[in-house]
Amino acid sequence: MAHGDAGDHGRADAHGRVQAETDALRSEALESLLVEKGLVTAEAVDALLRHYEQDVGPLNGARVVARAWTDAAYRRRLLGDATAAIAELGFGGPQGEHIVVVENGPDVHNVVVCTLCSCYPWPVLGLPPTWYKDPAYRSRIVREPRQVLTEMGLALPPQVEIRVWDSSAEVRYLVLPERPAGTDGWSEERLAGLVTRDAMIGVARARLADDARAAAGRG
Amino acid sequence: MDGFGPVERELDEPVFHARWEGRIFGLANLALALGVANIDAFRHAIERLPPRTYLSVAYYGRWLRALELLLGEGSFLASGEVEARLRDPRAPAVALASRPVPPAELGAKRPRRLAPRFAVGQPVRTANRHPRGHTRLPRYARGRRGTIARVQPEAWVLPDTHAHGRGEHPEAVYAVRFSARELWGADADSAACVHLDCFESYLEPIEGSRATGGVDGAR
Repeated sequence: MAHGDAGDHGRADAHGRVQAETDALRSEALESLLVEKGLVTAEAVDALLRHYEQDVGPLNGARVVARAWTDAAYRRRLLGDATAAIAELGFGGPQGEHIVVVENGPDVHNVVVCTLCSCYPWPVLGLPPTWYKDPAYRSRIVREPRQVLTEMGLALPPQVEIRVWDSSAEVRYLVLPERPAGTDGWSEERLAGLVTRDAMIGVARARLADDARAAAGRG
Repeated sequence: MDGFGPVERELDEPVFHARWEGRIFGLANLALALGVANIDAFRHAIERLPPRTYLSVAYYGRWLRALELLLGEGSFLASGEVEARLRDPRAPAVALASRPVPPAELGAKRPRRLAPRFAVGQPVRTANRHPRGHTRLPRYARGRRGTIARVQPEAWVLPDTHAHGRGEHPEAVYAVRFSARELWGADADSAACVHLDCFESYLEPIEGSRATGGVDGAR
């Protein structure tokens, strides 16, 4: 089936903008009512937003991965009981009640989805990106994972087994990507810079050491 | 559902695309913490949106509609109250007849009271049930054969009853591995599989089979 052309897209976006303006007004009205009823305070909403905009995000997960790459004992604890190992670094909370880490290797690639809604390991990755919550990813990654990963820039050889994890209960999954070559002796902090959100969802590899060097050179 | 086209990723995506998205995220989370509804009822409220609405509004637009639905059903919001406030910002809020009751226990993990019925390596079949209400067994995996890959720890609140105010009924949860060919037919990728977290009551033993043991599908 053909994907919508640019014209379709333009109409969808215009419709979406009108919808968003209506929803913005509606959410403002709803918040004012809930505040006046004494159910919530605007400050409590502010505090939650600050937490998810500033304190929690994929940098947390990157620290977990970098620690696992440099500390074999930590890696074993992480694969055995990820919730506890992640808590060692101070991360936990809602949508992280029970976290399982799945490890990529030369023969196995793991990728995470929530086909039913948008389940995602908030304490280590923050809130999910829009594409993770959109129907395209949710419907296709379980059905044709190799094709979707290729389209997303991750071409896996046909013999590499792909394991899709559909988070259909309260367990949350985090992918432990392969450590890139050429990073021997790198510090944990430097390694964490190679670990992207997409690598921990499983739709990308960790960045290559050369790319990171080039980026640092340009910066 | 098919035909959604490529997964479109946005570079440097913000946590929220507009102020109202963050407000709704905060309001919904606070409402759930207050006991306006539980997380399963919230997920079901999103599923109850008309399919055309579900697909045409943005992610937080679904949250806004689901939150209004649950606030109305719980009598925390009067019929037409948001519309009245939109027409006239001075329209008074309807006072609460009663306050929501916060949940007695947080999260969904509960102590295990019964030994799990299935063991790692055991072949199982998912039930082919199509309930009118909420369930966490996706349609694509109903009536399919799989293998127990992990027995998740403890027991977990059953969304099928909890979403409908019929109690927690905690059950064992298993990561079940399904080959892509079992799910999608003979043309599917022979080196791909999907793992789903299944509540025990979603699973039936396959006659004449027993645990083969020693297989750790999680690695």
